[in-house]
Amino acid sequence: MNGLLNFIRRLGAMAVEGVWRIGFAARFFMLLLRHSGQSLTRIHLTVREIYFSGVLSLLIIVVSGLFVGMVLGLQGYETLQRYGSGDALGVLVSLSLTRELGPVVAGLLFASRAGLAVTAEIGLMKTTEQLDAMDMMAVNPIARVVAPRFWGGVISMPLLAALFSAMGVFGGWLIGVVFIGVDDGAFWSQMQAAVDFRFDIMNGVIKSFVFGATVALIAVFEGYDCTPTAEGLSRAITRTVVTSALAILALDFVLTSLMFRGQS
Amino acid sequence: MRRTTLDLWVGFFVIIGMAALMFLAFKVGNLGAANGGETYLVSGQFDNIGGLKVRAPVKSAGVVVGRVKEIRFDSKTYRAVVSLSLDASYQFPRDTIATILTSGLLGEQYVGLEPGGDEAMLKSGDALQITQSAVVLEKLIGQFMFDKAAEGSAPAN
Repeated sequence: MNGLLNFIRRLGAMAVEGVWRIGFAARFFMLLLRHSGQSLTRIHLTVREIYFSGVLSLLIIVVSGLFVGMVLGLQGYETLQRYGSGDALGVLVSLSLTRELGPVVAGLLFASRAGLAVTAEIGLMKTTEQLDAMDMMAVNPIARVVAPRFWGGVISMPLLAALFSAMGVFGGWLIGVVFIGVDDGAFWSQMQAAVDFRFDIMNGVIKSFVFGATVALIAVFEGYDCTPTAEGLSRAITRTVVTSALAILALDFVLTSLMFRGQS
Repeated sequence: MRRTTLDLWVGFFVIIGMAALMFLAFKVGNLGAANGGETYLVSGQFDNIGGLKVRAPVKSAGVVVGRVKEIRFDSKTYRAVVSLSLDASYQFPRDTIATILTSGLLGEQYVGLEPGGDEAMLKSGDALQITQSAVVLEKLIGQFMFDKAAEGSAPAN
């Protein structure tokens, strides 16, 4: 009986804690937007963060994009040629990359490559009381530390997703046209006939933009909110990756059902 | 403020990202094709459009000359009204015939235009007078089976 009561008590505490954190995250986001002016006027702060979250993620994005495209090329061709439409390989590869895989996989990689690093950095700053020290010196830590990292992520993510999709199409072309021998002209012309710039590519860019903002917000928030101990920091890092992945997949479902429902 | 190697890398990153976006837009997408050019609208009434969809190609002699812009149902004539947006660089005579065709056996459906011999050309807002509906496979099979059955029941003739 007592155990059950304790269980219910813990459940309630967890729910209250969750709502509390969401409320705090919303207030934190507002504060972040209000103090974003400085990260735009002192642009070198943001440029530095674009370097850390964008440039350093280039390699993993390029390599994984290439491999995802190559796998799509192989698997897609296997299935398509059974129905005698191997020429449509370009359509399959490009549509799945620009609409879904590009933004989602790039977002997941971005969360685990760049988001995690941001959480660890801000969390360690908090643990070693650097953020409090800044506050003492009348330097706003949100404007100086948090906002540039957020905007760096927001700017990097769409570019990385576009690069991922482009590399994926190249990988699909490499497997389909160079190795398997699908006709080069049919590959590109069917692709161009089926992929619409506004409908497919721009929607993919919007998706990657939303994912970038989500991952960046989760990363800076978890870092800022972490319990200032070694264990708290490790928990915050884990939470960043898990929450980002779940948020990306859930948001992707919502965005897809808004963008692509009942059309073509 | 000094320029640093970091700026160089970020510049490189932004350029490569933009290049990827350009590649997607022009090589993968349809922005490179004759899409943004001048177009004019003509419409046609069909008894049955089959599986025709908005944005399906309009072809003449196999060349894509436009896209299907809009498909409506006219409740007065009980026919489908299909609006075609044609590339302004392609002009067609006023007695052009519009047909709904299928590319391959299971392929997508498109509108085929067969030019007539009229001196006057189609203008924006004109209606195509002669149209031919989509071939519905079920009807065709039904007709074929009906004919076979009729043949079988009257072998004496």
